[in-house]
Amino acid sequence: MSSGGSRRDPAGECPAAGPWGRVAQFPAPLGSCSSVGRKAAPAPRKRGRATPAPGRHQHRAPLHPGAWWLWSLGLGTAATRTTNPLLLALLIAAAGYVVATHRSAAPWARSYAAFVKLAAAVLLIRLAFTVVLGSPIPGTHTLLTLPEVPLPHWAQGIRLGGEVTAEALLFSGYNGLKLAALLICVGAAGALASPARLLKSLPGALYEAGVAVVVALTFAPHLIADVQRLRAARRLRGRPDRGVRGLLQVGLPVLEGALERSVALAAAMDARGYGRTADVPARVRRTTTALTLGGLLGVCAGTYGLLTAEGGTYGLPVMCAGVAAALAGLRLGGRRTPRTRYRPEPWGAHAWLVAGSGAAVAALLALASVRDPGALNPGVVPLTAPALPLWPAAAVLLALLPAFVVPKAPKEPS
Amino acid sequence: MIRFEEVSVTYEGAAEPTVQGVDFEVPEGELVLLVGPSGVGKSTVLGAVSGLVPHFTGGTLRGRVTVAGRDTRTHKPRELADVVGTVGQDPLAHFVTDTVEDELAYGMESLGLAPEVMRRRVEETLDLLGLADLRDRPIATLSGGQRQRVAIGSVLTPHPRVLVLDEPTSALDPAAAEEVLAVLQRLVHDLGTTVLLAEHRLERVIQYADRVVLLPAPGAAPLFGDPAEVMAVSPVYPPVVDLGRLAGWTPLPLTVRDARRRAADLRKRLTHPAAGGRAAGAARVGAAAAPRERGQATPPPPGTSVPVPSPRRRLFRRTAAATPDPTAPPQIAEVRALAVCRARITALRHVDLTVAPGETVALMGRNGAGKSTLLGSLVGLVEPTAGIVRVGGAVPHRTPPRDLVRRVGLVPQEPRDLLYADTVAAECTAADRDAGAEPGTCRALVSELLPGITDDTHPRDLSEGQRLALALAVVLAARPPLLLLDEPTRGLDYAAKARLVTVLRALATEGHAIVLATHDVELAAEIAHRVVLLAEGEVIADGPTAEIVVSSPSFAPQVTKILAPQQWLTVTEVREALG
Repeated sequence: MSSGGSRRDPAGECPAAGPWGRVAQFPAPLGSCSSVGRKAAPAPRKRGRATPAPGRHQHRAPLHPGAWWLWSLGLGTAATRTTNPLLLALLIAAAGYVVATHRSAAPWARSYAAFVKLAAAVLLIRLAFTVVLGSPIPGTHTLLTLPEVPLPHWAQGIRLGGEVTAEALLFSGYNGLKLAALLICVGAAGALASPARLLKSLPGALYEAGVAVVVALTFAPHLIADVQRLRAARRLRGRPDRGVRGLLQVGLPVLEGALERSVALAAAMDARGYGRTADVPARVRRTTTALTLGGLLGVCAGTYGLLTAEGGTYGLPVMCAGVAAALAGLRLGGRRTPRTRYRPEPWGAHAWLVAGSGAAVAALLALASVRDPGALNPGVVPLTAPALPLWPAAAVLLALLPAFVVPKAPKEPS
Repeated sequence: MIRFEEVSVTYEGAAEPTVQGVDFEVPEGELVLLVGPSGVGKSTVLGAVSGLVPHFTGGTLRGRVTVAGRDTRTHKPRELADVVGTVGQDPLAHFVTDTVEDELAYGMESLGLAPEVMRRRVEETLDLLGLADLRDRPIATLSGGQRQRVAIGSVLTPHPRVLVLDEPTSALDPAAAEEVLAVLQRLVHDLGTTVLLAEHRLERVIQYADRVVLLPAPGAAPLFGDPAEVMAVSPVYPPVVDLGRLAGWTPLPLTVRDARRRAADLRKRLTHPAAGGRAAGAARVGAAAAPRERGQATPPPPGTSVPVPSPRRRLFRRTAAATPDPTAPPQIAEVRALAVCRARITALRHVDLTVAPGETVALMGRNGAGKSTLLGSLVGLVEPTAGIVRVGGAVPHRTPPRDLVRRVGLVPQEPRDLLYADTVAAECTAADRDAGAEPGTCRALVSELLPGITDDTHPRDLSEGQRLALALAVVLAARPPLLLLDEPTRGLDYAAKARLVTVLRALATEGHAIVLATHDVELAAEIAHRVVLLAEGEVIADGPTAEIVVSSPSFAPQVTKILAPQQWLTVTEVREALG
């Protein structure tokens, strides 16, 4: 452990230290060697950033992933403030436009299409429920009448079939669209910045738990790929490759394979130093524990205080103290992990603009929903065409800001 | 650097130790090759170096393993991470992050190196491994060779003094394998890294080894020594050593170059008894050519075996298709102008291929050239975007699986995918039922291919080669006239490969047509009558094995290179010619 520990010290990492010292003076590297990389390699550059090679490689991540997530969360919040279909459509279009201009060619960027499909499915299911089960919205414009199924008296209050009114359909359509817009916003965040990139911004003490979560998340796509492969293999055995039985029969081998892969990955991660801990003085360790535990207790007590009537006075201060103590514990706990971060994403002016535009959309629509609730939540009884309120629409257009200010990611060869 | 002292490893539930009496020392800066037949515990020895055995796998390790002075009994794998870099058999199981650059940095981040150091080393490693153009690419989009290089790079960045690799080139095409090995050699030569690697394809790696550790049999004590000396007694050896043993050369040559220098005499012996030697060679070539002559519709007239520009080729194909030769016997499989696009990527474009009964065709080409896609479309797993695929008169992707198995069978890259049951017997019963064959058909095939396998063995407990044989038996139960194999020799030792060759030859003689996608040039030389080279989804050459492989430096087998300009493909041929 001793020599492992010494590596923490950056100063001890001088280029001539190990057998690797002369890397930079290699004879011509293999294959597509770049003179640029080699020139840049020997001297540690200012602020740890390489001068980008002209016309060869741009900075890889143009924007902090957190900015994209804040932006889309802002849009999502805005979507919850309104049921005006015109505003929602505008919001979806704005998010779609930014995704179309700024998503990368990476596989996870394709998840956007999946989210759009999911949103459409949600909308359709919502409408189908209204058609089949009816709706409490009183309506006079009957579109069609389904045969009503008589239900026993214990199922009172539930209706199957019956009249379908334009008002009811419109109402559930508006609500469905709101949900769909929310889903599309989440999908946009996933397409613009993979959740794994967000990991890098986690505090050190939480990083390893975060890796475990992300690895668990990638389990699902692998599982789907395995199911596809094994169903194909069923075809090779001359068995039908469709149907539920086919799926059930490959279940066990798929799980076995997934488990084996997880074990292999765990072994690889262990061998690559995952979970290494640094030696910290016992005093620091004890302080960390005390701070974290005390902080969590404080948060619990504070929450209780806030929720009960008589605790109004001490609730907030105790809660704040608890949060502060927990954060300090987290920070101190970070000392136990010797991890460092490779090229942390810079939070620059662009990131402020992107996150700010999202927040502005959310704030303006929240304001509008208070000031002018009628325009943002158009009524369905009596039946009227929704109007586009001018200045909330202009506020939604702010969401397009990233499409123009953020430099585009370099096109990757496919 | 690495020291094994009287090490034995016994896994839980095993009666016998998997390896025992392991006692050797790998000096710093050497490339040491670990060889032996399948199942002798090579992976166990490698795992003991990184500490994964026994910390991760369980079991009991007796004796002592020290790496750079650290005892693996007291150091967990993560505490050895800064001195040992390990790359397992499957690089995909190794990746933690999604992009190349992050993956290279991951190990260093865990060790807590300073950001400037990390940045510098990532750039160095990108150049060292020729990955600079791929730095932003998601790992999921890389080819096999690229993945292997990224996996090696990801363990190189923390600057380990020891590198442990398990079959680094098995899944790679010859060119990609050479790339990876060149990188390893540079690490050893320029940086003094100690490399310990296990590999079945000795013809690719033996020339780079400074020492060889031979595990001759399960549980037997290993032999440690100079490559040529160990090869003289090894049960596994590459063709160059086989030829050297045949010709009685001492010390044994390990490289094609050494062998060529000594081969003048052998070449003379092979030409002189011209009647015997050439006749035998000709007989083999004749045998290879025979099915092709019968299937005259097979495209290449003698001149077209060299790369053909596709427009001309298309013209030729059109006319051939327009005037079908009435005397031509029915082809087993016919592919015309096949194009396949998957996920916006063109996997195959305008591929023509015909396969006649009794013919063995080897599909070769880079990783990702479209070999597996072509096999998939022949068996109906892949729907063609354009063009025609016919197998035994049926269109594969429209034929119900039940009928299709009697026309064509595919043994996939991972034979385990085909096996569901808990025991060999249950697997065989299911196969007979699926194929509509007489009960017992499959079991008879298994007994033939795998003598000594009991009914109650679990398919998972079989070795790689045995599992392949079982999958082959399952597929053959339906007696398909066309048999497809995807990378059949991956992970097989020479003995298992020889058995496979015998089986496939017998099948071809019975009239089965065989198409195999492979990177193994020695296998192709051994059994293929015809070689089809694919590149970027197109057929770039199609002709008799001898013509195609002799003209290509990366696809020529060792014997061809040694005995050029004479055209010998395998040691077996030479042995027969010498009588």
